[in-house]
Amino acid sequence: MKRLLRRQACLLDFTLSSLARRPGKNLGLLLVYGLIVFLLASVMLFTDALRSEARQVLARSPEIILQRVVAGRHALIPAGYLERMGRIRGVTARHGRLWGYFYDPAVQANYTLLVPRNRRIADGEIVVGAGIARTRGLDRGDFLTLRGSDGTARSFRVAERLEGESELVSSDLILLSEADFRAFFGVPEGLYTDLVLTVRNPRELRKVAEKLTLRLPDTRPILRDEILRTYDAIFGWRQGIVFVLLAGAILAFVIFAWDKASGLSAEERREIGILKAVGWETSDVIRMKFWEGAVISLSAFLLGYLAAYAHVFYTSAALFEPVLKGWAVLYPEFRPLPRVDGLQLATLFFFTVFPYTLATIVPIWRAATTDPDQVMR
Amino acid sequence: MNGAPAMEVIRLQQVKKAFNQGRPNEFWAIRGVDLELEPGRITVLKGPSGSGKTTLLSMIGCLSRPTSGRILLGDRILSGLPERFMTEERRRTFGFIFQQFNLIKGLTALDNVMLPGCPLGGDHRALRQRARELLGRFGLEDRAASRVEWLSGGEAQRTAIARALINQPRCLIADEPTANLDSRLSEAFMEIVAGLREQGMTVLLTSHDPLVYDAPVVDRVVAMHDGRVVD
Ligand SMILES: Nc1ncnc2c1ncn2[C@@H]1O[C@H](COP(=O)(O)OP(=O)(O)O)[C@@H](O)[C@H]1O
Ligand SMILES: [Mg+2]
Repeated sequence: MKRLLRRQACLLDFTLSSLARRPGKNLGLLLVYGLIVFLLASVMLFTDALRSEARQVLARSPEIILQRVVAGRHALIPAGYLERMGRIRGVTARHGRLWGYFYDPAVQANYTLLVPRNRRIADGEIVVGAGIARTRGLDRGDFLTLRGSDGTARSFRVAERLEGESELVSSDLILLSEADFRAFFGVPEGLYTDLVLTVRNPRELRKVAEKLTLRLPDTRPILRDEILRTYDAIFGWRQGIVFVLLAGAILAFVIFAWDKASGLSAEERREIGILKAVGWETSDVIRMKFWEGAVISLSAFLLGYLAAYAHVFYTSAALFEPVLKGWAVLYPEFRPLPRVDGLQLATLFFFTVFPYTLATIVPIWRAATTDPDQVMR
Repeated sequence: MNGAPAMEVIRLQQVKKAFNQGRPNEFWAIRGVDLELEPGRITVLKGPSGSGKTTLLSMIGCLSRPTSGRILLGDRILSGLPERFMTEERRRTFGFIFQQFNLIKGLTALDNVMLPGCPLGGDHRALRQRARELLGRFGLEDRAASRVEWLSGGEAQRTAIARALINQPRCLIADEPTANLDSRLSEAFMEIVAGLREQGMTVLLTSHDPLVYDAPVVDRVVAMHDGRVVD
């Protein structure tokens, strides 16, 4: 055992001196290799972070949203529906929500205006998300003027900026009082955007939804699970594209690795002959080459992965955020929470380190099984 | 030497070697050699270029196998060993000095000397120490850290000798060791060989250089011609 380890240590030592002989070539190789790992890892980490972020947002949304549908379109729902639906087993809470979108031509972006239930906001005041505050240059005490649905401009005093948590949730948000909301959008008393129902037991969801459609035929219940699935599908689709790219990159990489690693120069062949002549076994030669491939691919993997981690979680994936995300104006500082998926890590490792190491060994096999007496000539 | 079992006699019985056997360009480089090599002696294979010296040396050193005939070390048959055991013999019994030295470029003299010790799995530091001592013995202590391509011809050859000796072999094999040396360096080489013989090493050389086969330390000269031993 000790002998075996010492042998490996010695081979590794030789491999390192051997690699150090061509610093230019091997550093270049390490760089290109590391760059590929970096790109792949960045894509993986980023999409994964996005997806988990979206799930996090949805996890906080209610189990059932009830929308009224008029002529197939989402319409305002009367408060009376809360009573009309009657008692339903499993529903622990219900209330109406007021929210809507507002397009701000000044920055060409949509805001989400929302009347919060868990906090009271004074009339004439608003709380704004970090994205809006940034793009409109707002701070506490400043005024934001928006043109309401009746054409009159209204000024709101910024009482607070929403900071922290996931920017995906809060970036484009404006919180305001119920009275202001109704006045701004012209929504009459007694009407809500939609109703939300809290259901504790997920197994009762289907039943609840069925009862709702029976008792309120002009409504449409939307289950959170369905939204989650839609989101997953969207991200799945995005990832599909990414995976095509990924496959392409991996293919390119394999070709590159093969080309780089498999071309055994006459010099290398001669060296292998010398090693065999002085008493190296074929397996020693292969092990040495294995170390060579492993040293390069492992360091490239580590380098690339760490760089990707920093790229995604410290610079907000600055390189391809616009490509993958689309909402460019309000989310320039999307900072996903650092997370690493073990399976993804393993997949990436397998697809990058493994083929390269293999590619270094295969041609050696051929050379190492040639006769050692070649070196005598 | 110290502690290692003494070298035994090497015997060649009707050794033949064909290249490209069975093909139109079949060529018999060795055509039946019977030879007995005493341990602790210096033997020189001499003969014109193409007479089969290198081929014979390769077979004795377990670098290749005879097409027919037997090579024995003591009462063990070397010629029929599987590859693994041939490697083992190359590593433990023989030390090689090649005509082109065959040092590995880009590595230091020290690394080159350590190479044959690597697969043995001994203590790395001890191996390094032994390599240093050997280099020191040949006056190369300052050159240990130099890349081998910066060494002069004589330095390169002494590095090659040090490498051949690192695993404490019982038999030193050198193919045309003075072909790339001037006469002063050739004489220096023969002095080193004489020193090794003093310590009990068996030495097997090939050469067509009179500085080698006429040297006083040489015990025996075997003349070859066209794949046969003559006279
Ligand atoms: N691998 C080989 N294939 C074909 N012929 C060879 C090979 N090696 C040596 N020979 C031939 O065998 C003969 C003996 O070669 P060698 O042993 O190198 O002679 P020497 O060392 O005495 O000059 C030469 O004619 C050479 O051309
Ligand atoms: Mg020759």
